[in-house]
Formats: sequence, C-alpha cells, structure tokens
Amino acid sequence: MIELHFDVDGNDFTLAGECSSKVKKMLTQIGIAPAVIRKTAIAMYEGEINMVIHANGGKIDVMVEPEKITVILKDTGPGIKDIKKAMEEGFSTATNQVRELGFGAGMGLPNMEKYSDEMEIDTVLGEGTTVKMVFYCN
Amino acid sequence: MKLSMVKELLNADVLTGEEFLDKEVNSAWGCDLMSDVLAFVKEKPLLLTGLINPQVIRTAEMMDIETIVFVRGKTPDDSIVGMAKMKNMTIMSTKYPLFDACGLLYSNGLRNNQGEEL
Repeated sequence: MIELHFDVDGNDFTLAGECSSKVKKMLTQIGIAPAVIRKTAIAMYEGEINMVIHANGGKIDVMVEPEKITVILKDTGPGIKDIKKAMEEGFSTATNQVRELGFGAGMGLPNMEKYSDEMEIDTVLGEGTTVKMVFYCN
Repeated sequence: MKLSMVKELLNADVLTGEEFLDKEVNSAWGCDLMSDVLAFVKEKPLLLTGLINPQVIRTAEMMDIETIVFVRGKTPDDSIVGMAKMKNMTIMSTKYPLFDACGLLYSNGLRNNQGEEL
C-alpha cells in the first residue's frame, strides 16, 4: 500500500490543486488505469478547492491499494450546515471573490459524489468536516 | 482539426507548446467557469476561456485537457505559462471574444462532441 499525506495551505488560492496534481502524477507513474486516475484526480481536486475556499485549508490522506484508492480530506473549518442542500447542484455559499476565480458554482460536492464510487461526509458545525472518498480500480 | 489550423483561424499567438501544433483536436469547450468544466466535460477538448489564473491550468490538468486558448486578448502571466509548459500543454491567446472564437472554430467543423444538448 502507498500512503501519502498532504497539508493544504488555506491562504493561497493559487496553490490549490497542488496536492491533486502530485497524486495524479504518482498514480500515472505506478500504472493505474487512466479512467481511474481521471475520476480520482477530479474528485480530489474539487475537495482540495473546497478546503481552501471554505475551511482555510486542511489535511489530505491518500491510500493506494491494488483494488482501490481512498482519499480522506479533513478540515477544521466551519462545518456544513445543511448537507442535503450542499449536495444540490447549483447551491453554493462561496463568496463573489471565489466566483470570479471560476469556482463556487455549486458543483463541488455533487461532482465529488459523481466521480467517486463511495463517499461519506462527517461534519460538525464549528468543528470541521471530513470527507472520505473511495475509488475502485476496476 | 489541427492546432495549427486553430491558430490560423483565431489569428492567435502561441505562448507555449509550439511544438505540438501538428496535433489534432477533436472537440472544443468554451467556458469561464472551471466548476462547470469539471462537472460537464467528458472528452479531452480544446478549452477556450477568458479566465486567467493558475486554476485554469490545474483544471485542464485534472481533465487531461492539453490545449487552452485564452480569448478577449487575455494573456496569462509567465508563471501560468511556465506551469502549462511543464505539463506539455499548448497555450494560445486570441483577441477574439469567446463567442466569436467559438463561432469561427464551429463554422470550420469543430464541435463539442458530447451531443448538442447536455
């Protein structure tokens, strides 16, 4: 099993996506199927962007096993008030500044659910959010 | 359509990836909202956008998009072009607005290839 850990800087939007880029490169190097890499990279990138936009950064753990890839994103941000609402396409609490940067269209969480094979959200208001996503390799 | 043809039709400047102009691109996508690129794009199209920040390159990287055309005369700074160069992408800049740039490519045969309606 390959395990990777990343600390995501919440203060610099220009760096957001750096971790997903590294994971994508690593998955390519070890010969994971392109379709699996693509879904993992897109979902992790959305999660990483979310962390920077909403939670001032956080930590990401990635575990690669022969049959599956697990990505756990953990932040100590404000938590998600209404998960059902947050899962609706088009619903977003992002600021105008974030929207000007091309994000905040309310597609992040729905997209993460769409591209992952399993997703669990554990959130506590005022304490933070943990999102676990699993991607099967075949 | 060859990238050299895209360059000619849009009268574009190539900022990096001149060596890939012989490559073919089979579809195109015009959008300023990277969230929607991540949500809707299924193939590996040419991306036309007026948004210039590093997240455009990152989004393209995640989607395996290899060519980006910046419209409305927008020119990204050197760090963004450098990022794209490291990822072997081709970056062009055209003075045409998004609508006109898409129209020129469409009327010369390029489509989005994902069906006319999403």
